[in-house]
Amino acid sequence: MSLEILGISVLWTFLFGYVILASIDFGAGFFNAYSILIGKEKILSKVIQRYLSPVWSVTNVFFVFFYIGIVGFFPKTATYFGTILLIPGSIALILMAIRGSYYAFESYRAGHKGYATMYGIAGLLIPPALSVVLAIAQGGFVTIENGTPQLDYFALFTSPLSWSIVVLAIIAVLYISAVFLTWYADKAQDADARDLMRRYALIWAIPLIVAASGIIIELRYHNYMLFENLLNLWWMFAVSFVLWALTTWFIWRKRSYTAALWLLVGQFAFAFFAYGIAHYPYLLYPHLTIHEGFTNQAMAISLVIVFVLGLALLIPSIYLLLKLFLFDEEYIQGKKE
Amino acid sequence: MFHDPVFASRMLTLLTLSFHIIYATIGVGIPLFIMIAQWLGIKKNDDHYILMARRWARGYVITVAVGVVTGTIISLQLALLWPNFMELAGNIIALPLFMEVFAFFFEAIFLGIYLYTGNRFKNKKTHFLLLIPVAIGAGMSAFFITTVNGFMNAPQGFDIVNGTLVNVNPVLAMFNLASPTKIAHVLAASYMTAAFILAAIAAFKLIKGSKHTYHKKALHMTMKIGLIFAVAVALIGDFSGKYLAEYQPEKLAAAEWHFETGEGAPLLLYGVLDENQEPKYAIKLPYVLSILAFGSPSSEVIGLDEFPAEEQPPLEVHYYFDTMITIGMVMIAISFLYWLGSRMRYTFVESNWFRWLIVLGGPLSMLAIESGWWLAEFGRQPWIMRGIMTVSEAATTSDYVGLMFVLFALLYLILGIGTIVILRKMFANNPLEKELAKVQSTQGGEQ
Repeated sequence: MSLEILGISVLWTFLFGYVILASIDFGAGFFNAYSILIGKEKILSKVIQRYLSPVWSVTNVFFVFFYIGIVGFFPKTATYFGTILLIPGSIALILMAIRGSYYAFESYRAGHKGYATMYGIAGLLIPPALSVVLAIAQGGFVTIENGTPQLDYFALFTSPLSWSIVVLAIIAVLYISAVFLTWYADKAQDADARDLMRRYALIWAIPLIVAASGIIIELRYHNYMLFENLLNLWWMFAVSFVLWALTTWFIWRKRSYTAALWLLVGQFAFAFFAYGIAHYPYLLYPHLTIHEGFTNQAMAISLVIVFVLGLALLIPSIYLLLKLFLFDEEYIQGKKE
Repeated sequence: MFHDPVFASRMLTLLTLSFHIIYATIGVGIPLFIMIAQWLGIKKNDDHYILMARRWARGYVITVAVGVVTGTIISLQLALLWPNFMELAGNIIALPLFMEVFAFFFEAIFLGIYLYTGNRFKNKKTHFLLLIPVAIGAGMSAFFITTVNGFMNAPQGFDIVNGTLVNVNPVLAMFNLASPTKIAHVLAASYMTAAFILAAIAAFKLIKGSKHTYHKKALHMTMKIGLIFAVAVALIGDFSGKYLAEYQPEKLAAAEWHFETGEGAPLLLYGVLDENQEPKYAIKLPYVLSILAFGSPSSEVIGLDEFPAEEQPPLEVHYYFDTMITIGMVMIAISFLYWLGSRMRYTFVESNWFRWLIVLGGPLSMLAIESGWWLAEFGRQPWIMRGIMTVSEAATTSDYVGLMFVLFALLYLILGIGTIVILRKMFANNPLEKELAKVQSTQGGEQ
């Protein structure tokens, strides 16, 4: 395996981690705000806060890790994406800033309507702002003028493809988060919260598959190469679909929620990696590939070494965090403070 | 002016850095004091210190939350506003940036664990041990980021042959000449500022009539440690000057208004520039610049005349320099007087006017941090990477930076106000007396 493929695989994996963790986080924030606004806060807030409190700052690091990693392994992305993403990137940053800080503010004024609404809504707007990058990266919206890339905002905002990606991002956030919180509430032996989240999970299951399929169809007209690559990986999407069906079935039949959660992670992993593989070798179609954009050998090797050492430090720490807060039944059930 | 993407990018970076550095300084400095307080609490079996650690940690979380988001903003703005710099930097100095993410990751995990495990460990020492990775992670973050700033001042570890980058050595780039003094200065100044901010809070409570020994203990501890770090900052600052004189003479010359190369150079303090760019009303100390720069009154100090006009830093950095060192000296004096006064039992130490000085010392220390960074960043102009790339070459060409400046200014206003409101509410709703009673009733320092 060449270093650039190793690099992009690691980064794509971290991005996947961010997508899952952030979806849980953003969705939970939205459900929290929604339940406070419609007066059901007693059901949800407790469960949501027990999970969110210890892990919120960790989620954000996954995002920064991906960004620093991509600039380190593929420095040319800084010039290509840095120039065109000024506006969407700044908007995403502002939303993330509002969300992150208001989350912290709200945790000291639990149930504060204004703060909860602020971070709930900001959280739901971040996925669209970030997922626009995926729409841009698959090509068609960027031209190179005098050596600098230019983004065609009109084409981007009038393209059905970008809007489909936005819709999918929002639905995915709500669905992933609802499935996770169903499992978490079940662990917490909080039947009211579990039933509510289970209902949300079932509501968003069908729209999710419709939105995801819609994107593949639209790509046929937008980027035929990517579309063909996706079709060649049909089996990965088939596996993803089966996993989705199983997740929904488990939740529908109120069977093992733990299995449902892992199946959900599998479903997204297959779809996410299939998309990533189909995108290969382009970072920004058709202007930049991972081979042209790759850093020098010395930097690549030192980054890989630091990555391995870093993981050796982090994996035990993350294990400790998960053990204390996610897999400790007494903590989840609120028997420990 | 804001139509020019280079100018607008500089202003937006100035805004973001000036805002972020407040939270970053607190983020690096405070964990040390939480750790010391908790350790003293365990060692002396004193609930006051345990509670001190807990209350500081609680406030600290809010500043960390905002620091995380402003830190994310500045790191992404490097690519959004300075894409050409970030591409070059990515090729040479990505290593410490990458390490910083790990260091912060490490800190974030253990901070989360520390905060939400108040009473889950039977042994109080286990809870204390969680603070060590927090403080180390915070310090290492500062270390790695500062090496990147050092690299911008003293780029090394690569060659440029016919416009292409060759022989990249990421480790050599990381251990550049500017870093040692810079890192030491940043760390010591962060600890000093954190100490004086905590001291300011304690002094303020005492002025407001609280007779509680809790505040006296907090004041005593932070002022003493503050004195040590304030002296350290000054000593390290002296080394920074010597580094500049040798390797980055134009920055020193601009900061000192030293125009002509010469032996026995005088030091100019304060003053203003008249219309002919001549210093007026400055205090002139003969030979002192030569002594500070090389340790001997006869040594030659390079002046601005050795550099073409377009490569000279702006002369207003002198004001930032003056602000920084004046505050530094004032803080040494205040904390020394406090230490001496408490030792000799002088009454002025307990007087309100002296405590007001201590209160003022908190924001002043932060102003010194800001001035130091303005000196460091404006003093590197016109370069973004000294001798390699200028800020105009590095900047984005997008026309919308001015608009983004307005949006981010609004954001920082909201975040700044939010921080103050929440911190005030947090401590107003949990008054010390109430919390202390609760701690003592549940025996020992458990949460």
